[in-house]
Amino acid sequence: MPVLNIKKFSFTYPGVDHPSLKDINLPIKRHKITALIGPSGCGKSTLLRSMNRIHDLYPGNKYEGKIEFTDTDKNISDILDIKKENEFIELRQKIGMIFQKPTPFPMSIFDNVAYGLKISGVKNKTELADRVEIALKGSALWREVHDRLDKSAMGLSGGQQQRLCIARAVAVKPEVLLFDEPTSALDPISTGAIEELIVELKKDVSIAIVTHNMQQASRISDYTAFMYLGDLVEYNKTENIFLNPQEKKTEDYITGRFG
Amino acid sequence: MEKIFQKLALSSASLVFILLVGIFITLYITAKPAIDEFGFNFITNSDWNKDVALESAPTTELTDSDDAMILDEDDIMLEDEDDMMLDDEDDISTKTIYGGLVPIVGTLLTTLIALAFSLPIAMGIAVFLAEIAPKNISNVVGVAIELLAAIPSIIFGMWGLYYFAPIIADLFGGYQVSLLTAGLVLGVMILPFMAAITRDSMNTTPAVLKESAYALGATKFEVIKDIIFPYSKVGIIGSIILALGRALGETMAVAFLIGSIFVLPSKITDPTISIPVAMANNFGEASGLGESALFYLALILFIISFAIISIAKFYFLKRAN
Ligand SMILES: Nc1ncnc2c1ncn2[C@@H]1O[C@H](COP(=O)(O)OP(=O)(O)OP(=O)(O)O)[C@@H](O)[C@H]1O
Ligand SMILES: [Mg+2]
Repeated sequence: MPVLNIKKFSFTYPGVDHPSLKDINLPIKRHKITALIGPSGCGKSTLLRSMNRIHDLYPGNKYEGKIEFTDTDKNISDILDIKKENEFIELRQKIGMIFQKPTPFPMSIFDNVAYGLKISGVKNKTELADRVEIALKGSALWREVHDRLDKSAMGLSGGQQQRLCIARAVAVKPEVLLFDEPTSALDPISTGAIEELIVELKKDVSIAIVTHNMQQASRISDYTAFMYLGDLVEYNKTENIFLNPQEKKTEDYITGRFG
Repeated sequence: MEKIFQKLALSSASLVFILLVGIFITLYITAKPAIDEFGFNFITNSDWNKDVALESAPTTELTDSDDAMILDEDDIMLEDEDDMMLDDEDDISTKTIYGGLVPIVGTLLTTLIALAFSLPIAMGIAVFLAEIAPKNISNVVGVAIELLAAIPSIIFGMWGLYYFAPIIADLFGGYQVSLLTAGLVLGVMILPFMAAITRDSMNTTPAVLKESAYALGATKFEVIKDIIFPYSKVGIIGSIILALGRALGETMAVAFLIGSIFVLPSKITDPTISIPVAMANNFGEASGLGESALFYLALILFIISFAIISIAKFYFLKRAN
């Protein structure tokens, strides 16, 4: 059973007369990495941002279809049914998101990582400290920052900031993590570190990642979905997509004939 | 080209500095006679333009031709005879005392009332406009706020006197013209200004930063408190500082509402006077030591503004970083 099952999903932005996503069917499998690839403007971010309903910060979007979420207790719910603020909060605690640019909060390194825990009601100082340490270790950042946890997160390098954001998302123990081009603003070395980290995270969470970097998709993902102009053209195991694509469009894209 | 531009930038930057120092020096020079005469007692003395008899004045030593006479004992200087008021002319054994306490207290208290009143409301308006209201409402209210900020202060003064003051007197008792009325109207005046700048700096919070917090399960309130406020802290403090500066120096609106009497208020519903109002009201007739005392007041206002703004800047901005 996939953790997220997107069924006949269409999405329309407010003030736009045609849908930006049309009839998408896509599973996000448990403890696997699913990559979303496709040319700019094809709707990758739009799809990813539907999975935690972050779109709903802005009014007027139209959803159709279903996105079924199966939690660890095997309860199935359609996340498109969510209407109340507390349900949104619950959803976003279970489905975390990491953005293209690192987004450290204007607070200390410790407070950044502890933030999600604090707002979810964790007050115990030692528990906070423990979980921050675990999250930072899990994000391969502990060694670099353990002696300056009380310093502002703004002083970290871009790659460190991105790992901090991952630690922050991981700290609340989500079931799914959504990455929207998490390395496109980083240098190759930081990119390598983040890729390693994402693969490492697979044992704890299920992952969907949008990427423009075909090598990245083939290096780290288990499944790949190719999108084009709001359609899901092809979805398969990553090696099949890259070695043996079924659709002409997919082949053209991965061989670099357009995009 | 770049060189010229650099020089231009440097010279305009130094011009600001020269102006600042220049104003300070001229104020100091003009205030000097009053400073010599009253020293720091000026700040603690609540009498303004009061004639006091010189008890043990050795009048024999005084002659009409004397420019000024310094008495060792009391360190008192007499005004030039030519500048003396008619009633002083025949009574050589009195001197006029100027003390700045009343206007200093008036200025500080009106500003404090204004800030205490407007700060929470301005923050509320800014949060509403930046984060809560739908776009179209936010735009309309935003324009209204900016228009409000552009109203000349004399109009606030008149409005305050005719419509606001009676309400305040009904609610809180006491006089219609008072510290409280002046402070509240001053608060209304600086409010739109503070709200607009605060809203603008809140709007600079990047959308992804807010989204990141929401994506962790934060509520709107938590995002405002933990992300938007800290992120726009520098701009908010800036708006408070500018508003403070405006409140400290505001003359017209306060002149209508404070009562303009040199009496120390015992409650906030009492009338009193502020430094700018004291200057505006008394400059016409002032001469000699009286004029110098007004410049002394101006110098004090300059120093108060400078001190408050420097403290606010260094203290808060240091904490913000
Ligand atoms: N807020 C919005 N309002 C209206 N249309 C939008 C909005 N955001 C995106 N779109 C449109 O939706 C389509 C899909 O955009 P999306 O950002 O999902 O593409 P993407 O695949 O993530 O592209 P990129 O690789 O450049 O990030 C585009 O045609 C875009 O113009
Ligand atoms: Mg995108």
